[in-house]
Amino acid sequence: MINTAVSIFEIIGPVMVGPSSSHTAGAARIGNIARRICARDIKRVDFYLHGSFARTYKGHGTGKALLGGILGMSASDERIRDSYQLARAAGIDFEFHTVDLGDAHPNTVKIIMQATDGETFEVTGSSIGGGKVVITSINDMVVEFTGQYPTIITNHLDKPGVVAHVTSMLSSNGINIAFLKVFRQARGSQASMVIETDQEVGNDVLAELGALPSMSRIVFIDTDKQLE
Amino acid sequence: MYQFNHASELLQMCENHKLDISEVLILAEMEESGRSRDAIRGLMEKQYQIMKESIRKGLSPDIKSVGGLIGGNAHKLSVYGQEKGFCGKTVLKAVSYALAVTEINAAMGKIVAAPTAGASGIVPGVIVALQEDQKYSDVKAVEALFVAAAIGRIIAINATLSGAEGGCQAECGSASAMAAAAAVNMAGGSPEMCMDAAAVALKGLLGLVCDPVAGLVEVPCSKRNASSAVNALICADMALAGIKSFIPFDEVVDAMYRVGRKMSPDLRETAQGGCAITPTALQYAKRILE
Ligand code: SF4
Repeated sequence: MINTAVSIFEIIGPVMVGPSSSHTAGAARIGNIARRICARDIKRVDFYLHGSFARTYKGHGTGKALLGGILGMSASDERIRDSYQLARAAGIDFEFHTVDLGDAHPNTVKIIMQATDGETFEVTGSSIGGGKVVITSINDMVVEFTGQYPTIITNHLDKPGVVAHVTSMLSSNGINIAFLKVFRQARGSQASMVIETDQEVGNDVLAELGALPSMSRIVFIDTDKQLE
Repeated sequence: MYQFNHASELLQMCENHKLDISEVLILAEMEESGRSRDAIRGLMEKQYQIMKESIRKGLSPDIKSVGGLIGGNAHKLSVYGQEKGFCGKTVLKAVSYALAVTEINAAMGKIVAAPTAGASGIVPGVIVALQEDQKYSDVKAVEALFVAAAIGRIIAINATLSGAEGGCQAECGSASAMAAAAAVNMAGGSPEMCMDAAAVALKGLLGLVCDPVAGLVEVPCSKRNASSAVNALICADMALAGIKSFIPFDEVVDAMYRVGRKMSPDLRETAQGGCAITPTALQYAKRILE
């Protein structure tokens, strides 16, 4: 049970294409977040479906919704119905597999994206009901965020001062941090910060963050525009 | 300031500040999201318009769901309800509207999840039917949506709104509680009456399992929206008549969560139990999923 502050527009909402908020809308959102984490042209995507996702994805259009998200569609985009054809037309290969991810949430998917430049990205997320999602892993690093807030994800070297640098840079740009979590593989190795903010973060600020020493990558995920 | 986790806190706030539920909700959302009052009202109005649009589209006679199990039922009932029926015009209207939204949803059309897509027919069915038949204003109807949101929010915080976690009691049960409270509010009932209606509505559907045939949100979902809409109206009428819930809403929510935890995963959206494993359902599932 994840009890973050619940917006009333998650209760009366989201506006979405049916048939299932957890299997269709949530799936589209996970796909959409994965696409932004990858942030480059995708040539192939494999979806590994777990639990209820694995058992019932066909009839809920879960596959169409995940793929629609990968193509950049929001959960209320009526083109989700045709996402298989649209992906083929865009030259994107895709395949669905069923998998047992242990005691992960029943509606969990692991998405592996191969970009045209040869890079591979893995994103795992769960659809936790009412269209809400939580992303639990990026490239084998455990993370946790919901996409309800503008979210910055860093990849950086785990060195003293990096976190302080980032937070002070954000505050000097008038950006308040709602949640900040730091994840790392081992001391002194690659680490990741997930920063959920109260304000949208401009490109200039993101560029500034990306230029910090020890910073290898910045990903920014803005909030779902369908509510605006 | 206006944040609340429980119905008891919400009622206390209504009492202390002499506000009604919808007003507290708007203030809480302003605080949490930083949006203006007008933006929040405007957004809710937009949701209401989309709800009406799904009803309008769903009443068409030639809807066909993705799985082919439902479609056209809303139309049938709305025609029938104009002349006949045991239940009275408003009830049949609410039911046909609830069916309409679920049929459009199953056809991969656009709906407002309220609180989920599977249970998306109940809240609009009740509110739109009452608005039409009782001649309530749009403002009143949108206010009722805020009341519905309050109920759903309390359930989301303290339990779950997901069929996969809590069974259908968490979806149709929650939506029925939301619609019941909304209906009471539209009729001018007090915040306490709204909570009584919600508590009784949720109690009435406690234990309801999630057993979608072939895993599709079609059968029994669509017609379960129908009966849950009627349940909401009955509970609203009871509360407005002065009948109280012996068990307070917060405790019913806790009970619902505990029942959900005890439900076998077979009965939580996996299509491994209940209606989903009847011979008819299995035969159909075999046909379409292979
Ligand atoms: S049976 Fe399951 S899928 Fe259908 S409305 Fe109820 S909770 Fe949703």
